[in-house]
Amino acid sequence: MRFQLIGLNHKSAPLEVRERLAIPESRLPDCCRDLTAYPGIEEGMVISTCNRVEIVAHTTNGHADLRGFLHDHFHLTADELDAHLYEFREKDAVRHLFRVASSLDSMVVGEAQILGQVKEAYATARAVGAVRGQLDQLFSRAFAVAKRVRTETAVGSSSVSIASVAVELAKKIFGTLEGKTVFIVGAGKMSELAARHLMAHGCASIFVANRTYERAIGLAQRFNGQAIKFDDLYNTCDRADIVITSTGSPHAIFRREHGEQFLSRRKNRPMFFIDIAVPRDVSPEMGKLDGIFTYDIDDLQQAVSSHVADRRKEAELAEAIITSEVERFEAKLHTLDVVPTIVSLQDHLETIRQAEIDRVRGRMGQLTPEQEIAIEALTRGIINKVMHTPITTLKTAARESEATTVVDVVRRLFNLHDKEQPAPEKKTEVGTRQ
Amino acid sequence: MSLLWLRFALGCYFIGLVYAFVALMRTSDLFSRIALHAASLGMVFHFVSLAELFLSGQVVWASVHNGESLLAFLSMTFFMVIYAIYQTTSPGVVVFPVVFFLTFIAAIGEQPVLLTQFVSHKGWLIAHIILIFTGYAALVLSFGASLLYLLQERRLKAKKSTSLSSFLPALEVIDQIGYRSLLLGFPFMTLGLVTGSIVALTTYGRVDFLDPKILLSLLMWAVYMLMVFTRWNSGWRGRRAAFLATFAFAAALAAWAANYFSAIHRFAAS
Repeated sequence: MRFQLIGLNHKSAPLEVRERLAIPESRLPDCCRDLTAYPGIEEGMVISTCNRVEIVAHTTNGHADLRGFLHDHFHLTADELDAHLYEFREKDAVRHLFRVASSLDSMVVGEAQILGQVKEAYATARAVGAVRGQLDQLFSRAFAVAKRVRTETAVGSSSVSIASVAVELAKKIFGTLEGKTVFIVGAGKMSELAARHLMAHGCASIFVANRTYERAIGLAQRFNGQAIKFDDLYNTCDRADIVITSTGSPHAIFRREHGEQFLSRRKNRPMFFIDIAVPRDVSPEMGKLDGIFTYDIDDLQQAVSSHVADRRKEAELAEAIITSEVERFEAKLHTLDVVPTIVSLQDHLETIRQAEIDRVRGRMGQLTPEQEIAIEALTRGIINKVMHTPITTLKTAARESEATTVVDVVRRLFNLHDKEQPAPEKKTEVGTRQ
Repeated sequence: MSLLWLRFALGCYFIGLVYAFVALMRTSDLFSRIALHAASLGMVFHFVSLAELFLSGQVVWASVHNGESLLAFLSMTFFMVIYAIYQTTSPGVVVFPVVFFLTFIAAIGEQPVLLTQFVSHKGWLIAHIILIFTGYAALVLSFGASLLYLLQERRLKAKKSTSLSSFLPALEVIDQIGYRSLLLGFPFMTLGLVTGSIVALTTYGRVDFLDPKILLSLLMWAVYMLMVFTRWNSGWRGRRAAFLATFAFAAALAAWAANYFSAIHRFAAS
């Protein structure tokens, strides 16, 4: 396993540094080609998102100079860059990649976007031939792990922003938001964001009321909505299913009597008030009415916090999955490592067996079919018994991460160097490193 | 043999019953699927049981146990229709226990014999029973939906996110389930009472309005109508609607219980 990973992310580097390293999608193929042409790198790919830039490589000796590649490629000095970089090798690189793909290393843990971004980066690198054998296996596993984390934990299931919580709550009340009407009272940034989310989820029309009518018109135009004069607020409000209110009024502008009026005009169809004003625009008394649901900024924030806490709890479960998957992946690679040795050991002993049988034939002349069968069975039996212990030991060692040493010993004992030249060389390098 | 099939159905409905209790505490997609399959299988057994009764040549619907069995089957049918439309098993929280209870009562007793006076008006009697039971089944569902509505409304008002609130459908979906059941059930209930009156008239020559069964049935129908009216006129939902639905359900239970002490509407004893 000669994987190396280097990079920086939102935790290790400020935006100014990340900006300098960000690679536009169009330049990714060239970057991958440059990477694989760099000394010591067999395969490589680049993940570049707004929160991270990472290079994953399979190298010839596990010690390729990835920092050097970054300095050269981005024309940055060590002083400018190195303090923000993290670097992982072998098992740690695998773990980090699994965590990234599973969105455990994301700014918002559990967000789904990162997996798509990693998949795109992988597809790009694969298209230019920068990813072939080892990295191919690594990324296929990373995607499977990410899927497992998503299915077996609830790490990505709850909303973690005020706007998405508002949408989630609206759906709890109305089921679908298709055809629902939104009313923005007080044209603030946050209410605009919440409204945008609601519209994206199917809300059909929008009203805007603001004390400054011109601002209401401006905002309404952005949503293809209708501006309402503030004086007409109470006459129009019952037409909306969802009201987002954020005025600077020192007193509640929606009181119990207003709620009663709205409900009566709406034949008691429910209304959802998202009150993000401080002090609050909706009186708590109004929220007590059947059919009126009021969430103020603290309620929304609390929902977000509890979802974040839920995600954190789920992330712990996800970390356990990652740990077991890293072990599995390592064991699989080690098992693959011992396979060539087992094959060459079998070939080696089979050659000896055939040579000995030929020698016996030369000495004894023509053998009867019965004698041929007897000799075949005898020699095969001996070979199988001799090979049983080394093969079992090799397989066990592979599972216990001792493959390198045992492979080395078996190759020396049976003099397998000549027939399988590349493998022992690799192992020796890995062995030296360890 | 019919009883045997019914007992198989009861076994399947038992899984639904367990699901109903578990669902109140925690959400499990797997268990929900298991309960749904068990309920479907139960319905197959149940259908076979009812079909066998019907094909046996004797019209024995007027026995109390067969009535309960039919009502349970109709309630389950409503539940499945709702599942097909809304893809939610949450009404099962109410429907499964009711269905299990009805099937249990029907499955333990000996099958009672037919009430002899009604034999000459077989057609009207069957129409009466099927119509009224469909009305009852719709009422059960509407009652269930109004309880779920209250539950979900409370959760939303309490501003707590729990597994129960995510298991329940959206408030408006629950409301639609309840309202549609109500609208569907009302004409059945009305026609059921009309056909019942025809049976009574042709059998006794008059309708005794002071008989407890008739009184309670009329009360139930009046509450049913009030529910439909208040909903249609002022969109009553939530607490008020749940109160009315509970009252209608209680009246329905009382009307059902009246079978045991009514002079004119008595099921045959086993």
